[in-house]
Amino acid sequence: MATAVESALREALAGPAPGAAALCALRDALAAAGGEAAPGPRERERLGALLRSLAAAAAAGPEEPAGPWRSCFAEAPPGLALSALLGALGEPRGAAPRSVRGVGGGGGGRAVPCRAVPLQCPLSPRRAGAGLRALLEELERLVRGRLAAVLGELCQPRGAAELGAGLLGAVVALPERLSSGLQGGLQGGLPALFLPQNYFPLLAAAIVEALHEVAAALRGGSDCSISFLSHVLGKVCVRGRQKEILSVLVPRLADLTKSDCIWQRICWRLVECVPDRCMEAVVLGFVQRAPGADVLSRLLGNLVVKNKHAQFVVTQKFFLLQYGYTTAVLQNLLGYLSLDSLRRALLIKVLQELLETWSSSSAVKHSPPEQQEYISKAILICLSHLKDSEIESCRQELLTSMMEGVKCHLDSSLPQIRRLGMIVAESISSKINTDGPVLKFQYEEDDEARELKSLLVQAPSFCVPSVPDDSRKEKADAALPSASESNGKSHTAAAHVVSDEESDTELDSDDDLTPYDMSEDKELKTKAPVYIRDCIEVLTGSEDVDKWEATVKALESLVRKNPAATREVSVELAKILLHLEEKTCIEGFAELRQRAQVAVLTVDPIPVAQYLTSQFYSLNYSLRQRMDILDVLVLAARELSCPKVHGKTKHVEKPCVQLLPASDSSKDWRRIVDERIKSKTRRFAKGPSQVQVASGPNEFNSVAGHFFFPLLQNFDRPLSTFDLLGEDHFVLGRLVHTLAVLLYLAVNTTAVTAMGKALMEFVWALRFHTDSYVRQGLLSCISSMLLSVPAEHLLNNMTEELLETQSWLGDVVEKDPDGDCRRLALQNLLLMENLKKKLNKTVPS
Amino acid sequence: MAAPPPDPQFVLRGTSAAVHTLHFSCGGQEPDVPVLFSGSENGLIHVWNLKTHRVDKALDGHGRKSVCWVETMDGKDRLLSQGRDQKICLWDLAEGRASVTDSVFTENVGFCRCSLLKVAEGRWLMAMAAKALDEVQVLELPSKTSVCTLKPEAGAKLGMPMCLKLWQINCGSQPLLLAGYENGSVVLWNLSMGKVLSQLFCHQEPVMSLDFDSEKAKGISGSSERVLSIWSLNEQQNLQVHTTHRLVNSGISDITIRPDKKILATAGWDHRIRVFGWKKMKPLAVLDYHTATVHCVSFSDHKNPSERLLAAGSKDHRISIWSIYTQT
Repeated sequence: MATAVESALREALAGPAPGAAALCALRDALAAAGGEAAPGPRERERLGALLRSLAAAAAAGPEEPAGPWRSCFAEAPPGLALSALLGALGEPRGAAPRSVRGVGGGGGGRAVPCRAVPLQCPLSPRRAGAGLRALLEELERLVRGRLAAVLGELCQPRGAAELGAGLLGAVVALPERLSSGLQGGLQGGLPALFLPQNYFPLLAAAIVEALHEVAAALRGGSDCSISFLSHVLGKVCVRGRQKEILSVLVPRLADLTKSDCIWQRICWRLVECVPDRCMEAVVLGFVQRAPGADVLSRLLGNLVVKNKHAQFVVTQKFFLLQYGYTTAVLQNLLGYLSLDSLRRALLIKVLQELLETWSSSSAVKHSPPEQQEYISKAILICLSHLKDSEIESCRQELLTSMMEGVKCHLDSSLPQIRRLGMIVAESISSKINTDGPVLKFQYEEDDEARELKSLLVQAPSFCVPSVPDDSRKEKADAALPSASESNGKSHTAAAHVVSDEESDTELDSDDDLTPYDMSEDKELKTKAPVYIRDCIEVLTGSEDVDKWEATVKALESLVRKNPAATREVSVELAKILLHLEEKTCIEGFAELRQRAQVAVLTVDPIPVAQYLTSQFYSLNYSLRQRMDILDVLVLAARELSCPKVHGKTKHVEKPCVQLLPASDSSKDWRRIVDERIKSKTRRFAKGPSQVQVASGPNEFNSVAGHFFFPLLQNFDRPLSTFDLLGEDHFVLGRLVHTLAVLLYLAVNTTAVTAMGKALMEFVWALRFHTDSYVRQGLLSCISSMLLSVPAEHLLNNMTEELLETQSWLGDVVEKDPDGDCRRLALQNLLLMENLKKKLNKTVPS
Repeated sequence: MAAPPPDPQFVLRGTSAAVHTLHFSCGGQEPDVPVLFSGSENGLIHVWNLKTHRVDKALDGHGRKSVCWVETMDGKDRLLSQGRDQKICLWDLAEGRASVTDSVFTENVGFCRCSLLKVAEGRWLMAMAAKALDEVQVLELPSKTSVCTLKPEAGAKLGMPMCLKLWQINCGSQPLLLAGYENGSVVLWNLSMGKVLSQLFCHQEPVMSLDFDSEKAKGISGSSERVLSIWSLNEQQNLQVHTTHRLVNSGISDITIRPDKKILATAGWDHRIRVFGWKKMKPLAVLDYHTATVHCVSFSDHKNPSERLLAAGSKDHRISIWSIYTQT
């Protein structure tokens, strides 16, 4: 048989181009050889050469070659046919097939000289008709029908060495090669099959099929190697096609390994044989797509224990070097680690490393909040998997890292980081102190917090779900009767009261008037003082708590109603308010006090602003008071700069402590855009179409400087209790934000240019501050400056600073770890760009 | 559970100033319309028609100074009004007229309300605070002749008179005057002798209002304190404290006992009207409608008890009219 093939081959290769008759003979010979063992190496080499030349002829010529050449491909061993076809199609358009390296061993150099041909007679797309399309059709048929056979062939111990790497590349990169080889060279484009989203699922199916063969062979007792398949899988994954291939492969494998240990072993082997450089891609792909930890455990086996590379990926890279995966993926992986005793050691190691990062102050300071959340989640899931005995063994470590971590988290100026720290610390402490007292923080219990906490209890739900339920029910049962008892008691008590009343009326029977219900007759609240000076007296010396409370509540309106009287005592009042502490628990005390302070400041801006700004940098104030000062300055500035409705003070939006953050600038943005649209829109309506905006003199104009400059003075002079550039960076952040808002509010005032310039220097001095909240503030300052200072002043007086700032902003956009900072910097750059455009527009006209 | 307190039967609005005094005149026969006089801080006296609930007339005779007392003399056609312009005017309202026919210049700068007592047909006595700060003068009306001037003994340190109540045990007997003073004492004066019959020190603060039931010889007084003081007059014409009643909130600006002596009402600084049974000072109701200090309370003089009304005037410019305990 083999001789028949060989003779046919010899005949076919004799002429410059094989004749139709020779091809017929070859086809028959191949068909006759059919299922038999593949031909020997010599024949293979020749056959390969023939197929290549056939394919090249078809690709280069305007027309199909004569004879039944297509059936030769159909009958030839699939690996050879595939590499020949790809060789012809995958080359740049019109080029003769370059021999795929390694195929056919010594015959490698044979086709190379044709390289110059395409340059002389480039294949024009129009003429590249029939031959090329025929080749594609042939390839499509091959891929559709015999891809599994190609793979299967390579799993045979003999086949692999021969075709090896070349075919591997061909199989993996088929869509890319085709598309680059045929770029625009084909009418109607590439068949849909060769698009990656279709090809790789097909490839996955072929792999499964090939694995079936392997399984069958193994059951039959013969030896099989699946390293080729592993290589294919690895290469596909490393080329970024994990989604396409694994979304087919993983469910199929999960299904097959469910109850079959041979399949499990095959699967483990498949993953283990993946080359090291592809291991990461494959493992992460599996982790992401496995529907659950148990499935993942079936698919990967103890891979992480055996393979150093996989271990590194799973324990380090996955948790510490990136943070993009969802919680479900985290749970998958950590669940997988916890399912086997060998892997549990890794789980503890992972936890230790996570905790190390979590408790490192520099990580807390420099890594983005998203990553910290990711790490926190991972820690919580780890904790949920740990058994009591394991916790016992590392309790001391847990405790130390918890203490460290809590400290640096609470130190952070970002509220979300602080809260993360609290939640994680609470969880750790509840795990390590099962009987003793546990940490308890106060924070807002929102969805996010609940989600985080749910991670701590969810995992072991499948082992003992019923026990806690029962006990809870019992408890509820126990609680019920006591509740009803107490109800009963209160009923009887009420009855007693009623009867008492009745007896009372009976005694009073000569008086036949029945009283009405008087339960609403409560003591009236104390009257607030009516004069400002009375208020001062009450606030400084009064022991009467009710009166004090009423005064605090009434003060704001009193101040606003009596501006003249307030001016006489404004500074004194401001001082009292600044030092005022909550004597009793009044609802919204902080807000009431703040509003009163704002009222005093707006009524008499200059002296009070001078007082407040001077106090900001003086000794013996708490951070809270200093921040109060800043808030009050901002709120008052806002009120002063707002146009007022005639006679009536426009009510400021509900002032609250958190109103400063930089998101303000986005609103500014919006306003700017709106205004710009308005200025560019021409309206064809008669009469006043728009509501008249309230207008009036800007009261902030004359006082802006008093609010602003004193705050800039002493920031670099630490006091014994107050060090802005050191520990108290949170106040610094607030200060910077305050300055930004003040400058923004000072738009259109005369002092704004000087203010902008001073602020610019201030920003420049602090631009590399380590705290992201401070940096956000600095970037808001830049925004305010660009928005408030008139463009011509900006360009005339501050050109150099602007250029420097621009390059700094560019740096921030690229390198800053904080997302908000990057966003703000980008906005600033856009603002600058707009400024430039505006300038360009004005200069030529 | 006791019934919730009633809502006002209706509310009169439109005085556009704090209401300081009220007086009903509802005793006339049909077709006379029952009316309510109100005196307010802007110096106007409004005549409210209680059928239509609207103002029939607004009388302006006190130069825009607060009116602190109004009282009719025999029906609703003759009205006395006292204002802070130190004048007491006599109005003729008959047949649609609205003119001041007579007036008295009191020269008193305080805000002590006068008290009127009909001693005989066509003859009235009126007590009023006099020019000297601690004196009370009693005039006979309509002749305006001074009956007596009641001057405390030197060193009594009573302070200014704050409230007055002229009364007599029955028709034809000797009229007496009860006066509450600034120092918190209530003093019983004998008019003919011009002497103090009895003095009772019943409050720490100035007496704001008092009323007296001559049948039971028992009276009640209120001040800015948190207590009502109930005192009685024995046969020896001595005043003694009977009981005190502790209030929830301090400050009483007016007290009125209903003409049938069954109940009494107080006007509180706590915006509330309190109703008590007079016999035992049993608290009956707390009427919470007003939003500012209640200045005055007054009961109507309807012939038919079931029509009797209670009116209260407040600093919140409103007059609330209540129908309460009319069946007894």
